[in-house]
Amino acid sequence: MRALTWHGRHDVRVETVPDPEIVNPHDAILRVTSTAICGSDLHLYDGYIPGMRAGDVLGHEFMGEVVEVGPQSTLTKGQRVVVPFPIACGECFFCKKQQFSCCDNTNPVETSEATEFQYGYPMAGVFGYSHLTGGYAGGQAEYVRVPFSNVGPIVVPDHLEDDKVLFLSDILPTGWMAAENCEIEPGDTVAVWGCGPVGLFAIQSALIMGAHRVIAIDHYKSRLALAKQLGAEILDYREVDVREALAEMTGGIGPDAVIDAVGLEAHGISIDNIMDQVKSMTFMVTDRIHAFREAVLSVRKGGRVSVPGVYGGFADKFPVGAFMEKGLTMKTGQTHVHRYLKPLLEQIEQGKVDTTFLISHHAPLEQAAEMYKNWHDNQDQFTKIVLKTQMATPKQEQEEKQHELA
Amino acid sequence: MAENQTLSSNQKALIGAGLAAAVGAAGFLLARRSADVHDDAQNISDAPDHTWRRKTGRYQEGLVGRTVSINRPAQEIYERWRDFTSFPTFMENVDSVEDLGGGRSKWKVKAPLGSTVELVTKIIEDQPGVTIAWASEPDSQVQTEGRVEFFAQAPGRGTGVRLTLKYDPPAGLPGRAVAKILQREPNVQARRDLRRFKQLIETGEVATNASPSARKSETPTQATI
Repeated sequence: MRALTWHGRHDVRVETVPDPEIVNPHDAILRVTSTAICGSDLHLYDGYIPGMRAGDVLGHEFMGEVVEVGPQSTLTKGQRVVVPFPIACGECFFCKKQQFSCCDNTNPVETSEATEFQYGYPMAGVFGYSHLTGGYAGGQAEYVRVPFSNVGPIVVPDHLEDDKVLFLSDILPTGWMAAENCEIEPGDTVAVWGCGPVGLFAIQSALIMGAHRVIAIDHYKSRLALAKQLGAEILDYREVDVREALAEMTGGIGPDAVIDAVGLEAHGISIDNIMDQVKSMTFMVTDRIHAFREAVLSVRKGGRVSVPGVYGGFADKFPVGAFMEKGLTMKTGQTHVHRYLKPLLEQIEQGKVDTTFLISHHAPLEQAAEMYKNWHDNQDQFTKIVLKTQMATPKQEQEEKQHELA
Repeated sequence: MAENQTLSSNQKALIGAGLAAAVGAAGFLLARRSADVHDDAQNISDAPDHTWRRKTGRYQEGLVGRTVSINRPAQEIYERWRDFTSFPTFMENVDSVEDLGGGRSKWKVKAPLGSTVELVTKIIEDQPGVTIAWASEPDSQVQTEGRVEFFAQAPGRGTGVRLTLKYDPPAGLPGRAVAKILQREPNVQARRDLRRFKQLIETGEVATNASPSARKSETPTQATI
């Protein structure tokens, strides 16, 4: 089959690899129809996530048709399903508590020791996201093996096209959980750092959950325009001092809740971020937490901090004083996607949640490597890329390919 | 006036920080001092024996252990463990276990550098749903003692399963270090085996990342590290 594989920093390729096979009783094999490139795939592309091996198949946002099932799978051939990015067993203490992304059993013993050492306990398995989280092949491929297919995948009705349901795999529930973690009350103002797909879905979710105002922060004009379109007020941090602006816009009280939808590769020209950049280049820290710091310093006293942005290692200048003295609450974590599949699918069916407004590009899987480059280099224009396995490659590309073969 | 107040609160903060630093340093020195004292009367921790530091009261040379929670009743887990011949399904370094009858079992175990060792163990304690303990017979190539205990935990936490092993490394401590590097060290093996056992009992399968990749040396049915 054809698959997008990782070979090193800024080196991904579409190449032919073996087809997946059923290995365990709960497995299913999908023929992937649509798969998206996630913001967190850029952390792999930029070489920030350890535990990658040359040749790994990437992709944790995907959906497709069931083509093969193991004896214990509850799926049947021909079903159309969307697959959550974390793999959960459904049986352990954590799954029973609905903390699916904390599953105890899906990161194989051989690969789980790295996170056990680094974080104290082994993390769950995730598709296509380094050997720290299991080393499972991802879904930016024609086919993918889905372990524990009796627990994760949700069957979607045929009348909903791929674009409407694909994001159930990650970014839609991730934005939703980010807003849920804000514990929004009537009258609340929620400030959101980062208007990438997760930030945008967090904005939409916060408004659905009854936030009085949402203020979005970024520097990409087209992403801020999408935020505005959703009903948020917007701040370009190149134009204004974000902390001052937020305080002034909220009558000196500050936002009641803040969402860091940026994560470990924060942009921004500020002393702390430049120091972080220098340090991360010299391996003195791993994560640049500028957005997180600014969020903690901006939130009102007694406010809530929600962190869907991905962090992996250690950071410097954590504003622990502000965190304690202001009496803040922080909620974070990889999304417990399984929890949100059904309610969010219902909202999609009822037309309450729009999942297509942020898609800027569709491309055939064959062009995935080029799309990674665009996703990395041109974040203003490329707000979300969906890869299609069945989409015809544009004519010129096909000719080039034929030349290569000949 | 306001400025004076700010200044004085800043000064207070500075004094506070200074005090905190001094207390911290004193605490650190005291802690180091007390760590050098090995009076049995001061060994007060409630933790299991295998977690105790060297030179403290309940420390035992060569004792390693690991505990997991398994979401099943103790009796069921006990019965699964009691069948030693199933060990190769979740113990990576155990090639086979043969039931010799009378609580005796013959093990073929992988050792460092591709060699194997054989040993015969005998069950020395067997309390259904509570514990199973075994020990190698004197003429075995490796001397080992093992114990698995099953205990109730707080509501909703399943059954605690603790595996402890005691063994004399073939070449003493250096041998243990070599085995550790080669990942054939019993502590490494025990914690991996126990997690596989948990996966098997809770989910009915042992998780594997066997998947396609662009690495020519691997197949999609082979687990990779």
